Amino acid sequence: MSGVTAVEGGAFPLGRANVDTDIIIPAEHLKTIAREGLGRFAFETIRAEQGNVFDDPAYAGASILIAGDNFGCGSSREHAVWAMRDLGIDAVIAPSFSDIFASNAFKNGLVAVALPQAAVDRLMEVARDQPIRIDLETMTVTTPFQDRFAFPMDPFRRDCLMKGLDEIGLTLESEAAIAAYEARPEADLLRPVAVA
Amino acid sequence: MSERPRTLYEKIWDAHVVERRDDDTCLIYVDRHLVHEVTSPQAFEGLRAAGRRVRRPDLTLAVPDHNLATTARVGADGRRLPIADAASRAQLSALEHNVAEFGIPYIDDLAAEQGIVHVVGPEQGFTLPGTILVCGDSHTAAHGALGALAFGIGTSEVEHVLATQTLQLRQSKTLEIRVDGTLGFGVAAKDVILHIIGRIGTAGGTGHVIEYRGSTFEKMSIEGRLTIANMSIEAGARSGLFAPDEATFAYLKGRPMAPKGADWERALAWWRTLQTDDGARFDRSVRIDAAEIAPSVTWGTSPEDVVAVTGSIPDPDSFADPAKSEAARKSLAYMGLAAGTRMEDVPVSYIFIGSCTNSRIEDLRAAADVLRSRKIHGDIRQALVVPGSGLVKRQAEAEGLDRIFIEAGFEWREPGCSMCLAMNPDKVPPGERCASTSNRNFVGRQGPGARTHLVSPAMAAAAAVKGRLADVRELVG
Repeated sequence: MSGVTAVEGGAFPLGRANVDTDIIIPAEHLKTIAREGLGRFAFETIRAEQGNVFDDPAYAGASILIAGDNFGCGSSREHAVWAMRDLGIDAVIAPSFSDIFASNAFKNGLVAVALPQAAVDRLMEVARDQPIRIDLETMTVTTPFQDRFAFPMDPFRRDCLMKGLDEIGLTLESEAAIAAYEARPEADLLRPVAVA
Repeated sequence: MSERPRTLYEKIWDAHVVERRDDDTCLIYVDRHLVHEVTSPQAFEGLRAAGRRVRRPDLTLAVPDHNLATTARVGADGRRLPIADAASRAQLSALEHNVAEFGIPYIDDLAAEQGIVHVVGPEQGFTLPGTILVCGDSHTAAHGALGALAFGIGTSEVEHVLATQTLQLRQSKTLEIRVDGTLGFGVAAKDVILHIIGRIGTAGGTGHVIEYRGSTFEKMSIEGRLTIANMSIEAGARSGLFAPDEATFAYLKGRPMAPKGADWERALAWWRTLQTDDGARFDRSVRIDAAEIAPSVTWGTSPEDVVAVTGSIPDPDSFADPAKSEAARKSLAYMGLAAGTRMEDVPVSYIFIGSCTNSRIEDLRAAADVLRSRKIHGDIRQALVVPGSGLVKRQAEAEGLDRIFIEAGFEWREPGCSMCLAMNPDKVPPGERCASTSNRNFVGRQGPGARTHLVSPAMAAAAAVKGRLADVRELVG
């Protein structure tokens, strides 16, 4: 995965709270064995609504999604992130994210930025006709109107995002530590009894 | 020098740290990995692409559940019936292929032990106290009922665990949910967790691991605890824990994959230490009096939209937060309901008793108790009972529960995720309303346009008899 240092572009001002993973991608579409091609099903039920932001020509080509509190709650399906990536979304800004969604987003280079509701409200306004910039280097979101909102980010995740690190490759460098952990005398206690 | 008092979560966490990095990210060892067909194909593909193997197939267990039809799996000629949906078939066959290629223990769709992963794990003794257990499914939280630190992971993490048997994690905060007292007549574990979610909200546990404590939980069966831990994720918490106790040990003893003989005794000695120490601090605490919990139902499209069955649908304008008011208005429009309507006046046409939340033997007994010598209401179009596993099904049949369900007008099905999530043939049609023992009432969860009311198994049975949401206390006792 290539690294990402900034995301800049138009934003879909979706703004509703508790957007769950069934809304992002219904289970019917989880039968795929690939990661690609889910974008056309993303936000299906919202896209069935008249005047939804995703099909509004004003936001065509947007690369950022702005949403309400508790974004991505519900299931662990990484398909939700794959569907958003496939739709061309590179970053989401919301007051908060569900834990599993935030983790899945990070694994796929989808930048999840948590900002206070007031900042999110302001960005919703700006997004109507102006681009937004998310900078991982300075950990700020800025607008052409000189708005500047600082956001927190887990240093490990930020580092991985910026360098595009292969997390499994990174962990495998700790092979000796893992092997040592497995060699502890109490380890065999936790081994499941094999069932024929 | 005495050790700092620790919570149960901290004890399990500390016992699994392989490496601690400067920024507090830890490499955490995973003792148990459950795999199913939906969230694993891309992970196995990733391993293949990178030329990686599964580090510990012996700590991994695979079972299909989400895509399976719950109708008969074997024809009159004794041959396996084909899965009708091509995509489901491909996903199931990908799992079969992957477990064979990577040498992972597998319970296939025709085995008596097959079932929903979260029913199978505890039932087989694969789930043990003090272990870290993961699965590519958010309801993995269920296993916390046995004192396992269990949480759902995404597919990239599934691949990470397959390859390394570890995860890179940061420690969560802790949330104590304490319920004391005796539950009222007709109040089930499901009502307790719905009440909790109604109280703290679907983001109430975000960033936290819940520990359920108090006398109400101490007296609760393992099945009840599984229901509660299962829905921790609906409160935003990735994990929910119960300290293992004598009930836990009695439940696990003799399970096929649990330790035996001297190993059992050694394990038991360790498990008895898995308690939150006196004086340990939780980041947050919530206290609830068991007496305030009523048989509960949901009215909206979020699991936090909870009200007592004797209550009414709230007025969206009554919420202080304008975002909540707006969400409630949208929910009610989708649900086809009006503010002020009494919950007991809401008609239902579908009944689903099943899912990883409520498909264990005790759940089926509770529903059967209500249905004994009764018939489902004429307005019910379909009523399904889907046991959580083949072993639950067999046990229920030995107790004659299947006859009670069938005579009442229910369909008695094969184990699987079924109508919980609309990715197999069991769906609620658009606009139809379902009293469901599952865990999510999201828009479209049980099928496009389907309307879900979450309830306990006994309450689902009561709704089946009345053809509307009903107070089970009027039907039993």
